[in-house]
Order: sequence, then structure tokens, then C-alpha cells
Amino acid sequence: MNGATLFGLCGAGLIGLGLYGLICHPGALRKVLAFNLIGSGVFLLFGAIARRGGGVLSSAGTGIDSDPVPQALVITGLVVAFAATAIAVALLLRLAETTGRTTLDPNGSDPAPPAGRKEA
Amino acid sequence: MPLYPLVSGLLTGLVDLGGTLLVIPLMLPVTGLLLILAIGGRYAGRIVLALLPLGLAAAAAVVAAVWETGDALSYQLGGWTPRLGVALKADGLSAVLLLTSAIVILAVGVYAQRPFRVPQGLSETRTSLVFWLLFCGVWGGLNLVFVSQDLFNLFVALELLTFSAVPLVSLDGRGETIAAALRYLLFALLGSVLYLLGAVLFYGTYGTLDIALLADQIARVNPLPAAVIAAAALMTAGLLAKTALFPLHLWLPPAHAGAPPAASALLSALVVKASFFLILRIWFDLMPVLLTQMGAQVLGALGVAAILYGGLLALRQGRLKLLVAYSTLAQLGYLFLVFPLAIGPGAARSASLVAAPGVLTGGMLQLVSHAFAKAAMFMAAGMIAAALGQDQIRKLAGIGRALPITVLAFGIGGLALTGLLPSGAYLAKTLLDGAAAESGQWWWSLAMQAGGLLTAAYLIRVFYHALSGFGEPPVLRARPARYQELVVLGLALCSILLGLLPSAMLALPELGRVAAVVTETP
Repeated sequence: MNGATLFGLCGAGLIGLGLYGLICHPGALRKVLAFNLIGSGVFLLFGAIARRGGGVLSSAGTGIDSDPVPQALVITGLVVAFAATAIAVALLLRLAETTGRTTLDPNGSDPAPPAGRKEA
Repeated sequence: MPLYPLVSGLLTGLVDLGGTLLVIPLMLPVTGLLLILAIGGRYAGRIVLALLPLGLAAAAAVVAAVWETGDALSYQLGGWTPRLGVALKADGLSAVLLLTSAIVILAVGVYAQRPFRVPQGLSETRTSLVFWLLFCGVWGGLNLVFVSQDLFNLFVALELLTFSAVPLVSLDGRGETIAAALRYLLFALLGSVLYLLGAVLFYGTYGTLDIALLADQIARVNPLPAAVIAAAALMTAGLLAKTALFPLHLWLPPAHAGAPPAASALLSALVVKASFFLILRIWFDLMPVLLTQMGAQVLGALGVAAILYGGLLALRQGRLKLLVAYSTLAQLGYLFLVFPLAIGPGAARSASLVAAPGVLTGGMLQLVSHAFAKAAMFMAAGMIAAALGQDQIRKLAGIGRALPITVLAFGIGGLALTGLLPSGAYLAKTLLDGAAAESGQWWWSLAMQAGGLLTAAYLIRVFYHALSGFGEPPVLRARPARYQELVVLGLALCSILLGLLPSAMLALPELGRVAAVVTETP
């Protein structure tokens, strides 16, 4: 197994974990974090594809094997994911301020409140 | 007649402009955003109002240019050619959608002048400023989706659209609309990250993101690599979540019903169509080879489920805006019947895509007619709700006499949705029915008829209450401005008169893409 395959598999694992969290966790903050996990997996996969080579530069005969294009795309993707997270967290904060809940289910509550809060 | 040479001269001038024309619909919204930020919220509405007719002219010019040349317009950003560069392209499909969205956005922009006016004595209000900024964002995102030819550029366009559309939902800041916006955002983010994963797999397999180049390479490979099939599945699933097709629809009704009426009109008429347009692009342009019987039947079945489920739930709603939102769910289902009808059973795939040209036109007609009708209905429902202070369907009695033009506009929009004779939906259903009969798939026309009945049923409920009440008309809290009522009526009329288009115009969605499909034959 070479490096690119290993990183590709890691990316797939992250995407799987994130997908599970996004669908199964009721807490909205966890869903946002899970989305970020999927995003990291996708970017890792993109990095692995860049490392594997065979992109525009190598096919143009420049002698450079690894591919710089995915880097540009990953940077754009990171900015977009950051903006998405910011909007989601802002909405979540406002939701908690106005209604006092942190889940999307009107009757439910986040099943795992932070342990430290009760003691404080 | 001196008019004809003038018009034809103008058209030739536009055609000479060629692909550069595509930059204008992208520049205008960005100009609007920058001007609003520079000049301030006081004049935001007027700045947008000044730009909207220019956008309509640019969209009409794109349609004219595509129509005149009979081919797609294309433009390469910065002169860089794809693989590395990013291309813009407008074929018949893009041109139709550009024009439709330009008309709807113009109408919504005129309508929203009043609810988002800055009161006398204030320099700017937050709601008004944010609304007009997001309005420009939605406008730009839509135009970018319609003309992009690069999978990653399309991802950015989709995100621009989502980030502008989501805050529109929670503009009034009530807890329930914030929850609706958050739910919408989470669905949309899942959709876009799956789409991005698909795009990454495409890049990893073929080393390019340009749709035309990818289509060319995919058509030559047999059998397809597993990564491409996975990418297609991931992208479709992601886009279905954004389009709110049946099992992924949970976010749509609260979001569309909770937003301010002008925003609901944009979201329901246009924003969900952008992701549907991408599904069409992926399956018809990128890889028609992969559109198998099985996949197409599944998409069609989901569409039917949406038609029936959305229709039944619309029938049970107590609030007018929720009814209109569930009706959107049902009407989106019709669009997905395009997939099974485009490939007849047993026929050679690429051949049948050419052989059933009415299907794509039918689907586009349904999309355009729904966009006009639904925008009109949401804005009319908004005026009714503002006038009565509530929008319970049971308490609409007498509104037909108090606000005749508004109720007329709502009614005409509704009749256009049910597919009454001169409407675009009528023509769409005729074309789709014809394709169903031709390919022996009678069950799809059965579903369409059932959907039409359900549409009529839930609208009759509204008409019954709105037109009843012979006593004193209800006391109105606020009367809509006459221009608002006329704009909404105009949109509804666009929808119901769409069926009167000359039949030559119906070839427009096919322009610039038939050649691409023919070359798919191995």
C-alpha cells in the first residue's frame, strides 16, 4: 500500500464517520462538526489524488508528476466550508438564544449535555 | 416597417458579441452587491430595481443569440482553455432558465420594494439591507449555475446560492424560522459536500472538471470505472437533497412557508430549480451512457411519490402558505418524470434521447410554468396574509371581495398549476403524456393525472373559502399596493399563457445540445 492509497482510505473513513454523525446525532452542533469531518475527508481525498500525479502538468510533459490543481481547489473548498460553518454556528447560537434549544427536534434535547456544567 | 431592421440589427449586434454576453448576467448581481455596500441600505431597493431590467435585457439577448445561431454560446474566463481554464457556456436549456429567472426576479424585485422599504427618517434598516444583499446573492448564484461549464465552479455557484438563500428564510428572526433555516442549511451542506466528493472523484479519474471534456472521455470508455459510477450516485443524491425530492424533502415546507413572501417566491420558484438543472446536466450532458432503465425508473418513482405525498399533505394544511409550500413539493415531482420518459424501454439509449425531444421540452415547460405560477402564488398568499393578519384557509371568507386582484392572481396561478388549457403546464403534460404513450410507460401518465386531480382538490379548498362570505368584507390591516397586485397578476398570466407560445419556440431547450448527444453513440 503506498501513501496515496493510505490517505485515500483515511479520507473515505472520515467521510463515513461524518456521514454517520450528520444523520444520526440529534444535536445541531454535532451535525455541524460532522459536516466538517466529511469536508476534511473530501479534502484529504483530493490531496491524495494530487500526490498520485497524472494531472495537467505531467500530461503537458513538464516532467512534474504531482498535480497542483487540487491544491487550488482545496483552498477554495476550505473557504467555503469555513463560511458554511460560520453561518451554521451563527444560526445555532441565535436559535439557542431565542428558543433555548440546540436541536432541530422541537421536543428533543441534546442527549449528552457537557458533564462539567452540572457541577459548576 | 422600420421596426424589423432595427430589431434584426440589434440581434446581429448581440450575436456578434457572442460568448462575452454571458459575462453580463454574472456581473450585474455583483455590481449590485458592491453598490449597496458602498452607497448604503437607504437606496438598496432602488439600486437593485435599476439593475433588474438590465438583467432581463441580458437574458433576452442570450436567448436571442442562441436562437439566431442555433448553437450554444461559450466564453473562456481569462482566455484559458479547459482542462485548466474555466469555461462558461449557455445552450438552449441555460438560455431558457436565464430568461425565466430574470423575469421572476424582476417581478419579485418590484414586489419587494414595499415590504423592504426603508421607513422615512431612517438611513437604513437591517432587514432591508440584508434582504437586498441576499437578493443579489441569489440572483448571481442562479445565473452562475445556469452558465457554468466546470464542476467545481458549479460547486461554488451552488454554495453562493445556498448561503444567500438560507438567511432569507430566517429574516424575521422568529425561533421557528431560525430552526427551519438551520435544517435547510444542514440538508444543503450534506448535499453540497456529497456533490463535491463526486466532483473530486471525477477529477481523480479524468484529470479535468470541464463538463464537455468529461462527457467526451466518458463516452469513449466502456465499461465505466467504478469511481465514475460512485461519483454519479453521490452527486445525484446530494443534489436531490438540495432539490427536496420526496424522501429528502423534510426541510422544504417549514423553510418556504416561514420565509417572507418575496423570499419564498425566490426559493420556491427558482432556487430549488438550480439543483434540478444540475441533475439534468449530469445525466443528459455529462453521462447519458449511464442513464440506465433502472436508475431512470427509480428517479421517476421518487417523483411520483413526491407528487402523491406532496399533494395529499397540501390537502391537509390549515395555513395558506404551508399549502403552497407542499404544492411545490408535489410539482417538483413532475420534473423527475423526465428521466424515465427520456429513455424508452428497450430503445438504444443515445438514439432515444434524440428520438424523444418532446420530453426535455415538456420538462422545461413544467419547470418554467411552475416558476411563474408559484412565485405569483407565494406573493399573493403573502399579500393575503398581510391584509388579514393571518393565513388560516378556513378564515379566508370574504377576501375574494376585499382583494379581488390578489385573489384573481392566486387563482390564475393555481389554474396554471393544475394544467388548464392554455397554460404551460397543460402543454408540458401533453408532451410528457405523449412520450409516455409512445414508449409504452402508461403508469407515468396515470401518476400525472392523479397529481392533477390532487392539485385541483387542494386549490378548490382555497377557492371555496376565499370566494365564500356574502356578508361584510373582512377588515383589512394593510392593503397591498396596486403595483404589487399587478406584478403578481402579470406573473400568473405569464404562466397560464405559456401554452400559447409558437411551437417553433419549443425547440429552444434542445438547441446547442442535440449535437452533443449524437456524438455519444460509440
